[in-house]
Amino acid sequence: MANSIDRREFLKLMGLGGVVFASGLGRGAYAAGSDDFYFVQLSDSHWGFEGPPNPDAKGTLKKAVAAVNALSVQPDFIVFTGDLTHVTDDAKQREQRMTEFRDIVSALKVKEVRFMPGEHDAAPDWGTTYKQFFGDTHYTFDHKGVHFIAIDNVSDPAAQIGDEQLKWLAADLAKQPKDANIVVLTHRPLFDLYPQWDWATRDGAKAIDLLMPYQNVTVFYGHIHQENHHMTGHIGHHSAKGLMFPLPAPGSQPKRLPVPWDAAHPYQGLGYREIEAELPKHEYKITELPVGQG
Amino acid sequence: MAIELNRRRFVAGLAVLGAGALGLRATAQPAPQVIRIVAKRFVFTPSEVHLKKGVATVLELTSADVPMGFSAPDFKVRADVLPGTISRVTVTPEKAGTFGFVCDVFCGSGHEDMQGTIVVT
Repeated sequence: MANSIDRREFLKLMGLGGVVFASGLGRGAYAAGSDDFYFVQLSDSHWGFEGPPNPDAKGTLKKAVAAVNALSVQPDFIVFTGDLTHVTDDAKQREQRMTEFRDIVSALKVKEVRFMPGEHDAAPDWGTTYKQFFGDTHYTFDHKGVHFIAIDNVSDPAAQIGDEQLKWLAADLAKQPKDANIVVLTHRPLFDLYPQWDWATRDGAKAIDLLMPYQNVTVFYGHIHQENHHMTGHIGHHSAKGLMFPLPAPGSQPKRLPVPWDAAHPYQGLGYREIEAELPKHEYKITELPVGQG
Repeated sequence: MAIELNRRRFVAGLAVLGAGALGLRATAQPAPQVIRIVAKRFVFTPSEVHLKKGVATVLELTSADVPMGFSAPDFKVRADVLPGTISRVTVTPEKAGTFGFVCDVFCGSGHEDMQGTIVVT
């Protein structure tokens, strides 16, 4: 079962994935001249969703923004790995939700924010509205020695990256040395996490095949509204918690229904993460933080 | 649906008769069971399908509204499910149990609820 990580897998991740974990440990300022940096990942805010799984549907994203703004050391940049908004068939309402989402996150102190779509944002119109608000659905950028690649596996409702984007990916990778520090950002798992719940990318294996020759690759994604850590060969895949409702562990129950809101533990299972790049060691330290903690 | 099913049985019957006329009755295969599943936002009907271990079954899939998908990963079958078209996949279960199937083409706000089960006895 790929839903949890046991000690053996943890050690495997430590040794091969170039990833270490910390829980709530403080992070100090970086030494002058150091290339180490950190960024924040937020995911699956599903702005516009309403229902019992989150009685504070209109407040949770704002709390997360406030929490990030309260971090003592601000991140170099922030990424949103998809499902910024909750899907609607109404094109006007889709624009309204994206407008409101954009307004809320404009309060982030850090102004370098990288967005990716989820299927809720992009699949109804193949990303047309999303692009008007947030730009390209796949792109690259470089930051302090790390090559970031955002892959779109959601604009096609069939959850395919598609041959054209795969060619683009191959061409981009061809320009990178085999020991480049590569971070992939995407929405859905590129590997078959649990296809029985549609937790996969139909042609994700083709992207992994293209990435496999590179020695230092790590993938951060969303979609499943919970942490999950998995290795495909030497490539680590790390999903993030969401900001609307948590989902059950893969295959842990018959249906992938949201985990019910627990009034005794509000916002439980929701959160965001800091990802600290320690480049000389090709490591990324992940620190999970709850919605209300900055 | 009934007309089409009857026609298929008629054709299958002709095939068996023809084989019998050639003295090949012992090698003729029975027509596989056929189950039709209709997808409609955001349910499959039926959402529970009963199959027999080792018995081939053809699943006929169609959509009553928007394009969808049918994926039963445990049986390594999937198909696009489109309005006005019947897609067919053949499943021959090798073991008993309960297995999930899912819509794998994002179809709207209830997409995540669009699941069903195949029960094999």
